[in-house]
Amino acid sequence: MVEKQEKVEITYEYTRRRKGFGRQTLFGDHGPNLCVSIPSNPAMYKNYILRNPVHFGIQNTGTTSEHWVNSVRAEYTSSGMNHIEGGWPKDINTNDPEAMQRYRRKIEKDDAYIHAVMHLGHSMEHNILQNNAVDMYEIYYSELGTIPPVERSSCHTVNVYREPGSNRRPVRSLSWQADGARLASAHADVNFMRNTRSPQCSYIWDIENANAPELIISPPQPLLDLQYNPRDQHILVGGMMNGQVGCWDMRRGSEAVALCPPHIAHRDLASNVLFINSKSGAEFFSSSPDGVVKWWDIRNISEPTDSMIIDPVKTNNDTQSVENALGISALEYEPTIPTRFMVGTETGLVIGGNRKGKTPLEKLPSKYEAHFGPVYALQRNPTFLKNFLTVGDWTARVWSEDCRESSILWTYAHRTKLTDGAWNPIRFSLLLVTQWDGCLSCWDLLRRRSAPIVTAQLCDEPLLRLRPHEGGQLVACGSSLGTIYLPELSQNLGTADKNDKQLLTHILERENKRERILEARMREIRLRMRQDRDGGQQLADNESCVSDKDLEEATTEYLQTVSELHALQQKSQQT
Amino acid sequence: MATEVEETIKRIQAHKGVMGVVIVNHEGIPIKSSLDNATSVLYAGLIGQLTEKARNVVREMDSTNELSFLRVRSRRHEILIAPDREFILIVIQNTSD
Repeated sequence: MVEKQEKVEITYEYTRRRKGFGRQTLFGDHGPNLCVSIPSNPAMYKNYILRNPVHFGIQNTGTTSEHWVNSVRAEYTSSGMNHIEGGWPKDINTNDPEAMQRYRRKIEKDDAYIHAVMHLGHSMEHNILQNNAVDMYEIYYSELGTIPPVERSSCHTVNVYREPGSNRRPVRSLSWQADGARLASAHADVNFMRNTRSPQCSYIWDIENANAPELIISPPQPLLDLQYNPRDQHILVGGMMNGQVGCWDMRRGSEAVALCPPHIAHRDLASNVLFINSKSGAEFFSSSPDGVVKWWDIRNISEPTDSMIIDPVKTNNDTQSVENALGISALEYEPTIPTRFMVGTETGLVIGGNRKGKTPLEKLPSKYEAHFGPVYALQRNPTFLKNFLTVGDWTARVWSEDCRESSILWTYAHRTKLTDGAWNPIRFSLLLVTQWDGCLSCWDLLRRRSAPIVTAQLCDEPLLRLRPHEGGQLVACGSSLGTIYLPELSQNLGTADKNDKQLLTHILERENKRERILEARMREIRLRMRQDRDGGQQLADNESCVSDKDLEEATTEYLQTVSELHALQQKSQQT
Repeated sequence: MATEVEETIKRIQAHKGVMGVVIVNHEGIPIKSSLDNATSVLYAGLIGQLTEKARNVVREMDSTNELSFLRVRSRRHEILIAPDREFILIVIQNTSD
């Protein structure tokens, strides 16, 4: 075998005879051959300085770098633009007026221009003429100014009647004599236990003489109500605190002429007495918080002629019982409707009664939920008998007999309690109301319904009672300190114009209609709710016909009025 | 036809309270004006932009709708703007009579 020196290439060539192929290669082992050996030369150390310390940073990580960039902030300013010249095409020199004129002329001849101007001119003319015709955006009626009301209403006190003696007891009732020359006032100090503190009297005043009462009436018990007989001007009847009723005669003096026996009297104090219309002129009835109304005859006062328990029951089969009766706080009777009367209860209901009724439902046919507290006053309007006034809680309400669900007119809720109210007998749209803060306020339904037209502060203590004089201009107001004030209303409040009746009829009718429509609507809604609740039983909507008729009438009337006004306006514009 | 245009413009100008009439094309060039050039150019530029904005407003609210008339009422006078596709007719009217 011939071995050659190793070349740079990786291949090694060798030749051999054919029969020598495939034999095991045998490698030999050569040790390392030392080629050159250069020993270190210490003399060369002097040419070099040892570097100490050596700062050399080594890190075996990838290299990274950081670079930040912020975009350029755009600064905004708001400024107007001054237009010097419009957008002329490039080829026209803007300094050359002739070229600009030529350009303009060219456009003017354009068809589109002509059409556009004709079209725009048309609508523009319309608007210009509109502007000239009427100034649409002005504030209308600003130059007119507010006109003060022509009517000047006022109320000032003409007389004050003070209770003689040092004890001042609240006035419980006032009553004018039939021809209006005398005033009867009942005073009683009722504390919670209904005990009397000292003998208490009631007085009859002559209105001309305010120094002393004309007659002092001394009842055995304090009188809570004292009323003149409208037929006989010397007779008075009164209800006392222990429930008895009695009769007084001015000619006889201060003692009672007749007193009813205590065992058949009312169980509680007799708070109201009123004369009724009868042939003899001597019958009256009384009510009390025990819930019973009794009728009496003066000539035989030892027993009541009739009595009725005010217990509104649901069906005719239930008997009325005194246990469930409602206490009565106000009583009303209109001489022209003889057999009917009305009571106001301490729970705020107004119940209409019929003396001639046989069954309980007939005896108390109507019921109105008037107030949240006791009904303090109840009076029918002397001219419009179907409407009556109730005063209770903090409002005074006017009702119409056929609207059961709510009153047709009401005042706002006052800050102070309202204690009594009455209609003015001559001016039938005037409501007089006394307040707990000592004010007398007059509400005129024909002038303003949102506020009283006159409010007069008569005194600082609460005013408890009110009774207008027949003449219409004087009003007697009794206070809690036993003083009676006699304010006089101004002339316009004491008289009625000839149109007033018609106007008030309109007002009351309108309010009535409104309430009826609302009532029918409420009934509809309730019916539908009941239907939904009962699972969708289809009931015929017969009741909706009634409400629809009213509603339809109202809508057609309204539209008619609007179109009439419109036509009138157009006519006045054309002329 | 051109005379009709002249007549219309004269008629508009003759109405009560009209202080000036300017017709502007879409590029902002006052074609016809009864006011001086500076004022007309001012009106042309400003009102052109306003009309564009108003037109966009009406279009965006309801795409089938389009601007028919624009009134700018100020204390001293009212600017009535009747826009068209290419031209705008501007009338300045005095409202306080």
